[in-house]
Amino acid sequence: MASNESPATDQQPVIRCDSVFKIFGDKAKEMLAGVGGSNVDTKAFQEAGCIVGVNNASFDVTRGEKLIIMGLSGSGKSTLLRCISRLTDATAGSIFIEGQDLLAMSNKQLIELRRETMGMVFQSFALLPHKTVLENIAFPLQVKGVSTQDSVKKAMDMVELVGLRGRENYFPRELSGGQQQRVGIARSLAVEPDIWFLDEPFSALDPLIRKEMQDEFLRLQSVLNKTILFVTHDFDEALRLADRIAIMKDGVIEQLDTPANIVLNPATEYVQKFTEDVPREKVLRVESVMDPVKSSEALSNLKVSKDVIIETVAEAVLSEQNPVPVTDENNEVVGVLHPSKVIHVLFGGRDNDPKQ
Amino acid sequence: MQFGLLAIVFLFSYHLVPHSETSYLWRLPPLLKDIPAWINTLLDNLMFQWFAVDVWDPVWKEYEQKSVFRIITRAIGSSILFVIIFIRELFLGGTQTIGTLFSDAMLSANKWLYWPALPWTAIVAGAAILGYQLQGIRLALLAGIGVGYLCVFGQWAPSLQTLSFVLVCAPICFVFGLGFGIWGYLNRTVEAALEPLLNTMQTLPHFSYLVPVMVLFGVGDHAGAVATIIFATPPMIRLTILGLRKISPDIVDSGLMSGCSKFQLLFKVLIPTARTDILIGVNQVIMQCLAMTTIAAFIGAKGLGFNLKVALNSLEIGKASEIGLCVVLIAVILDKYSLAWANKQKDYFSDLDFFQRYRPYIVFILLTLLAILLSYIGALYFKDGINYLYYVPFDKGFTISPFIDAGIDWFWEAFFPYLNGFNVWLITSVLVPMREAYLGMPVISTFILVMGAGYIVGGIRSTIVVGGLILFIALSEYWDRALITAYMATFAVLISAFLGIIVGSLCAQNNFASKTILSICDFFQTFPSFIYLIPVILLFGITDTSVMIAAIVYAVIPATRYTVEGLNSVPLPLHEAATMSGVSRLQRWTNIELPLALPHIMLGINQTVIFALFMVILGALIGTIDLGQIIMGALSKKGGAGIGLTLGIFVSFMCLAVDNLIQTWAKERKKLLGIE
Repeated sequence: MASNESPATDQQPVIRCDSVFKIFGDKAKEMLAGVGGSNVDTKAFQEAGCIVGVNNASFDVTRGEKLIIMGLSGSGKSTLLRCISRLTDATAGSIFIEGQDLLAMSNKQLIELRRETMGMVFQSFALLPHKTVLENIAFPLQVKGVSTQDSVKKAMDMVELVGLRGRENYFPRELSGGQQQRVGIARSLAVEPDIWFLDEPFSALDPLIRKEMQDEFLRLQSVLNKTILFVTHDFDEALRLADRIAIMKDGVIEQLDTPANIVLNPATEYVQKFTEDVPREKVLRVESVMDPVKSSEALSNLKVSKDVIIETVAEAVLSEQNPVPVTDENNEVVGVLHPSKVIHVLFGGRDNDPKQ
Repeated sequence: MQFGLLAIVFLFSYHLVPHSETSYLWRLPPLLKDIPAWINTLLDNLMFQWFAVDVWDPVWKEYEQKSVFRIITRAIGSSILFVIIFIRELFLGGTQTIGTLFSDAMLSANKWLYWPALPWTAIVAGAAILGYQLQGIRLALLAGIGVGYLCVFGQWAPSLQTLSFVLVCAPICFVFGLGFGIWGYLNRTVEAALEPLLNTMQTLPHFSYLVPVMVLFGVGDHAGAVATIIFATPPMIRLTILGLRKISPDIVDSGLMSGCSKFQLLFKVLIPTARTDILIGVNQVIMQCLAMTTIAAFIGAKGLGFNLKVALNSLEIGKASEIGLCVVLIAVILDKYSLAWANKQKDYFSDLDFFQRYRPYIVFILLTLLAILLSYIGALYFKDGINYLYYVPFDKGFTISPFIDAGIDWFWEAFFPYLNGFNVWLITSVLVPMREAYLGMPVISTFILVMGAGYIVGGIRSTIVVGGLILFIALSEYWDRALITAYMATFAVLISAFLGIIVGSLCAQNNFASKTILSICDFFQTFPSFIYLIPVILLFGITDTSVMIAAIVYAVIPATRYTVEGLNSVPLPLHEAATMSGVSRLQRWTNIELPLALPHIMLGINQTVIFALFMVILGALIGTIDLGQIIMGALSKKGGAGIGLTLGIFVSFMCLAVDNLIQTWAKERKKLLGIE
């Protein structure tokens, strides 16, 4: 793990994982006992008939953060999510949800936790085929014991929220994939959970619908502000949606950082392979390439915010003669953006050496 | 290659081992011949000695020693009987239920205490409305006309007796099946324990249940019901487990993440999601119940099966055909009903008013009132004798059996020489030599053949399993009989497999023919097995030929079905690739389709073997001299329970041995071909 610091807050993290291991196989526990707290040797375990799903994962997720776990299939990303939702029990390590020890919870406490603070969206939608849209959404409320009237009222609000009004009495089989996933989202949000798990929610959808659902996700999150763990195998999706990304390979978190830092400083070769082809102007914000203000410099009249994506201002900046001042949220100048930097972001650092 | 070697070794051993009564290579000693006696002693002990308590006998006015076990089985028996009679009286009228609930004295004091039968017109209306509700106008017509036939031909009373079995047994099977199915789903150990038990139960011939049940529960309708329940529950268990296992893990997870408790997960998520498979299980249960009707007649179950048995025994083919048609009609209608129910998706109607919601019931009540009115009018018209608008008694309805009988007589006179010639030829030049060849097989050769095949197919594990199963039979007194059964089954299987593969392959060449043949298979598969015996007796009389033909016709169904399915499942790109390589149709069939479809076809052959064996055993109904005959004979023998059950297990083991070989082969082959 190259980078593992989370933004400093005085708050307690909503989710805290501490050296979490998930190892499949009969002898998993014995094998782990001899290892101690560091990463385990996947090969040695494999020879003993054990498969390493999650290898020593430690991180915190703070309130309102979108942490995206990204990895290819078999990287252990879904296993990690299932450990944190305790759909499967971690082999070793500890997981704290709002400071409570998840692995020490009784079955009853766990059900309580899921009913009150967790919601989950699944790749295959996992809607109940015998229930209508409305009944599906009301289901988590009903198993909790909410009265039919109240649960239907709440479910109707959710139908409204995900834009399925008019289809509440349809059955899942009568909906398109995108619509079904909207139902899945509505169901996961019905109990107003603080923590929202999404396991490859858009992977089964067409590219166009996927884009639409990603926008929908961002819109919902801007309204709801949940603490989110989002699993995907799509690096572009991760860049687009994440506050921070954890890249996993063979059960190990290779790098955990903001999208910009990952693109600018890939920690390992493996991460670099993903970042190579990423159009940086679409990921980097002005802040990450600006220079400090020098009083001698003549600045242009155009001002850009430090938080915007470079792509959106590139053309305007390049049309200016002078460097462009960069402002923060209080509209104070905190740096300057040189056109040469923008050009470097757009065209530099690629395999396009003029000598060839 | 390996199989060729095996054949050579087999032939060598066949000819080299002398036919000597003392040689263990020729026949093994009957070391296990006491098994029937052990079973009998066990049953005896259970019924008469085990945990005896004093029971007050009101008739003899004294205490009597009775085994607790016996008291329990008798209590179960009489409760089932009560429900059966209740259902019958609900439709046919009567006083027995009221008498049981209150007292006979009350009945004789109050002559008005009588539940009247429903007019047959109301029953036809009810059947049609149910059909309409479940599927639509086509099923309504089928059900209406079918039930109409039962009523008009005076078969309503026995039909209802048969139906009452289904109505009593199916719910019990459902509860047991669902319960064990869920248990098996939740607990792998239970599933592992259920697996061989279910395999054996499903391959036991119908007959072998009868005697033990008769010993435990006595003779009568309730005993028939118990035998039916034992016979019909396994598929329900199977399909429940299968349906629950098929649920995607995501659905289970989504239920858990919605905060379901174990109980909520089971009843609100898992079972509703597996609904269709579970209801297909109900369909299977109903079909099995009907298949059991004739056989249950042997231990005193009333109904169509009993009448059919009587008609067949006295060779009244016309009457037998009429009754057979009733059984088929009931089977087809119930099959369609239950399938329609299984496939019916719940619709969402939130805003229906009272009339819309209860429309079918209201229509039924109105029609029933109309029917009652009609029967009163009938009472005016048919002044004395039978009121045909109210109820057509048994044997007093329309009948076409004289025509059928006349037709058969004509047929016999016209075709007897040919039929008889074929019959004699088949028996003397095919069947008898084949039987002699089987009987002349030394036991060592049988083992070489079977275990060798096991080794080639599935290695040492299969060898031991198959060898063990056969050894069990070889160590009994009934090895020769088992060989006869085996020869009859082999003959039937060979012909059925040949016919099935040819017909299936031809039909699979085009979509329309595929669909047609599959629905024909569906249709014939709904027939209870003994129905097939009626037409063959008509053609060939009571001979081995009849049994053979019935077995072939019955067993050709799965062979055909699996061939069509197997060939149709060959992926389209492969077809196109083959066509582009310029193959002819025949080349495509032999080089591409057949090899790829063969594993699936072999699974069909597996079914064919089981079907053929069942029919051969059932052939005892019309007289054969194999295991079936002894199993049936055991029904009327003292201590028959042990023999019946043991021989049933032998037949089951033969099925299981073949099953093991074919399943293993098909699995390996599929792995090799990369399908599934």
